[in-house]
Amino acid sequence: MSKRGNQPIHGELLQGTLDLLVLKTLALGPAHGHTIAHAIEHRSDEVLQVEHGSLYPALHRLEDRRWIASFWGTSENNRRARYYRLTPMGRKQLVHQTSRWEAIVRAINSILRPATD
Amino acid sequence: MSLTRFLRRKHWDDERAREIEAHLAIETDENIARGMDPDEARHAARRKLGNATLVREEIFHMNTFIVDAFWRDLKYGARLLWLNPGFAIVATLSLALGIGANTAIFQLLDAVQFRTLPVKSPQELVEVRLPERTPRTGSFTGRRVMLTNPTWEQIRANQQAFSGIFAWNVWTFDLSSGGESRLTQGLWVSGEFFNVLGVSAMLGRVLTPQDDIRGCASPGVVLSYPFWQREYGGDGSVVGRTIRLDGHPFEIVGVAPASFFGVEMGRTFDVAVPICAEPLVEPTRNAIDTRHHWWLDVIGRLRPGWTIERARAHLAAISPGIFQATLPPIYTVEDAKSYLAYRLTAYPAGTGVTNLRDQYERPLWILLSVAGLVLLIACANIANLMLARASAREREIAVRLAIGASRGRVVRQLTVESLLIAAIGAGLGALLARSLSRFLVAFISTDADRLFFDLAADWRVMAFTCALAVATTIVFGLAPAMRATRDGTAAAMKAGGRGMTNARFGLRRTLVAAQVALSLVLIVGALLFVRTLRNLATLDPGFRQEGVLVANFDVRNARVPPARQVAFDRELRERLAGLPGIETAASVYIVPTSGSAWNDRVVVQGVVQKTLTFDNRVSPGFFKMLGIPLVAGRDFDERDTTAGPMVAIVNESFAGKILDTKEPIGRTFQILVGPGEPNPTYQVVGVVKDTKYDDLHTPVGPIVYFPMAQETDPPAFLRSISVLLGSSLPPADLTAQVLAAAREVNPSMLVSFRTLDQTIHDSLLRERLMATLSGFFGALAALLATIGLYGVMSYMVARRRNEIGIRMALGADRADVVRMIMRDATVLLGAGLAAGAVLSLAASRTAATLLFGVKPGDPATLAIAAVGLGVVALLASYVPAARASHLEPTIALREE
Repeated sequence: MSKRGNQPIHGELLQGTLDLLVLKTLALGPAHGHTIAHAIEHRSDEVLQVEHGSLYPALHRLEDRRWIASFWGTSENNRRARYYRLTPMGRKQLVHQTSRWEAIVRAINSILRPATD
Repeated sequence: MSLTRFLRRKHWDDERAREIEAHLAIETDENIARGMDPDEARHAARRKLGNATLVREEIFHMNTFIVDAFWRDLKYGARLLWLNPGFAIVATLSLALGIGANTAIFQLLDAVQFRTLPVKSPQELVEVRLPERTPRTGSFTGRRVMLTNPTWEQIRANQQAFSGIFAWNVWTFDLSSGGESRLTQGLWVSGEFFNVLGVSAMLGRVLTPQDDIRGCASPGVVLSYPFWQREYGGDGSVVGRTIRLDGHPFEIVGVAPASFFGVEMGRTFDVAVPICAEPLVEPTRNAIDTRHHWWLDVIGRLRPGWTIERARAHLAAISPGIFQATLPPIYTVEDAKSYLAYRLTAYPAGTGVTNLRDQYERPLWILLSVAGLVLLIACANIANLMLARASAREREIAVRLAIGASRGRVVRQLTVESLLIAAIGAGLGALLARSLSRFLVAFISTDADRLFFDLAADWRVMAFTCALAVATTIVFGLAPAMRATRDGTAAAMKAGGRGMTNARFGLRRTLVAAQVALSLVLIVGALLFVRTLRNLATLDPGFRQEGVLVANFDVRNARVPPARQVAFDRELRERLAGLPGIETAASVYIVPTSGSAWNDRVVVQGVVQKTLTFDNRVSPGFFKMLGIPLVAGRDFDERDTTAGPMVAIVNESFAGKILDTKEPIGRTFQILVGPGEPNPTYQVVGVVKDTKYDDLHTPVGPIVYFPMAQETDPPAFLRSISVLLGSSLPPADLTAQVLAAAREVNPSMLVSFRTLDQTIHDSLLRERLMATLSGFFGALAALLATIGLYGVMSYMVARRRNEIGIRMALGADRADVVRMIMRDATVLLGAGLAAGAVLSLAASRTAATLLFGVKPGDPATLAIAAVGLGVVALLASYVPAARASHLEPTIALREE
């Protein structure tokens, strides 16, 4: 995903972070792919733009690892859509990934803004 | 990613497609809600999504094993082979031949060397005997004779290392009761034989210790499965019937299972008879109690927890007591001393015991190496072919690399193609191996010595074939593949690279030089073996080989009292000599080159001679019949009877080495016999030329001949009379008459026939095997190397067309062009021959023990091989060179 107007960030961080955001979004309740993408964009105040094309492979990967599960349902405008929900294992992963993310952020911050004595 | 996902990829993909469609629909709706018109809305939605197909592909790919790529490579490779039938046939056939030959030889080696007996826990079985090459004195019968019966009984009573132990040996029983022999392979076994091996009967019961009690009067026997099928047609009521062996009735108590063939690899048995029955069949010999009659082999099953080293120690400890208790009374002081010093030891017997190993282990390993080298040469040819093809496919590969295939991916695909060829070759080769190994076994079987091998492929042979397939793939597939993908894509895209330097075909030239070197090694080897065979086959054994029929008369049941045996022999002989078609008849104890032997120590003027002397007993006319010249004195005649002085005829070696004289007539010598009896004295009345005794390979030694008429005590170990019949008629015509005459003399005699030249022929079996196979492989290798050289030279000429065209345009004539190409070829050939010469010197040293009359480093052989191979190879190179010289310069230059 890319920040609007900025260079896209490459690397491992990118993929793992998308997974994390997806898990967090689903923690609030089941949703289908489109909703997830919009939720991320919306809740980040349009800072984070999700490439829809990379969303689906990410969802597939998460489903493979059994962190999310899918089922077919009806969407808001009465269309059939594939919904995803968080599994117990996914919930555990969410906690784990969140704390990891916070640790990384702290580490980077401590370099950018060293604590003054 | 799981297996279920893989198998249902299509289904998943459909779901994804629907999901993405749904996504687009929602996004489109939203866009319309934002005010776009429907078309624009859809376009915007799709732009936002990105490439839908790419997304689907990515997910599809996540569901895919690496196997999928492999399967696609395989299909592609198969199609390529289908489109290039010439290449495919040549490659797979050469591989099939190479792999098939290797597998066949390995199968035989496996059967002789590695396979375990089909019995319970074969790894616990050990053979109990004296160490290899322990000198022993006495009489010996059987194929693997290690111990005497008294010794065996002592071991059985005193051993503690084995939970079960048994004795056995082979014997030929006669199924007929008169007239022509019908021989069958028998086993003497002690009562514990089947129990210790854990073999139970398929029909009836097996022998138990109760069947093997000393002095048994009517023992039971066990038939083998194949014999039961052959003789009784698998009749289920055979148990309880009587079978006559050597004229004696035995009760059939059971049939052994189909897979059981005894404990000897390569052999099988027909009947198993308890040891206690031996006196019934050989009443004059008393093998049960004779302390110097060696006829048993002993195998035991280790106690749980006992190792073979512990068993060895135990056996060494009980040996002194055993040999003390069984010291033969007839031994001389010297023999007794060495006897008492014997120490029993143990050897692993899980893979069976066999004398075949000594005979064939080394030849088989050598043949395997030879076959392996041929396979290497074949692989080199295929590698060259593949290199040529890779060059032709340069553009295809370059395009692939350019559009994004990784180098590894392309190498993998090329390797799969090679693997396909190797797999087909291996499959064909495995089929070929079945016929080849059957042929091999038939080759090394003779009438006198039939071999049986269970040639069903076991896991070792399978693994060997697969390993060969993989190895050959790597050898001829990987290197060209790496090489083909090495060049930068731009260079490869340019058509028809000009002015290639020699470095470009460095690999191919090295391959060809290596092929030439290996071929030279194989040809030298083949020549050495062929010369060995020729040396032995043309060796003059010192006596006539053609037209001699050997008739064996088994007189045990003829009830000829020992005192009358000499007269009986003379009557029989005279009767046979009178038959039409038979020129001469002579009786003899030891038939020359038959493998039997009889030797003694000679005493001259009180001094016991160190060299062993070999003995024989012959009738008058023996020397004349076999064409052995009498160089001094006379032949035996009517004067030599038991009433007169004991005489002997000696050969020249005896006169020289033992008597150390040129005038041996009239001299006397004594034969050393055991304590308690005086050494008999003999006077020399004649001298004959040296002859081979029991084997063509052994150099001639001292031989002494005694007259038939002076036999006072027919030795117990010779149960039959052999009569040599000289005739110019083919043996088939004579046998009927001989049988008829024998029947008239005594209907209970059993007669069997063979010819002297067949006996000699069979004794050269190993040499014939080596010569035939190595000759075949050597020729094959030379052919392959020549084809390889021709191929590379043609290829190089084709590549250098421009250069040749330029040279010719600048004034070079045909001869110059030919010279240029040939110089190239000669350098290549020279390098190969030089390397090959060095290698063959080293390699032929390993075969030194198998050679006769020619040394491993024989320079004449090396020279002949090198010249031969060189000439053929140069001719092969000349053809492309000559073609090159006929190029029109303009045409050559035009090729850009």
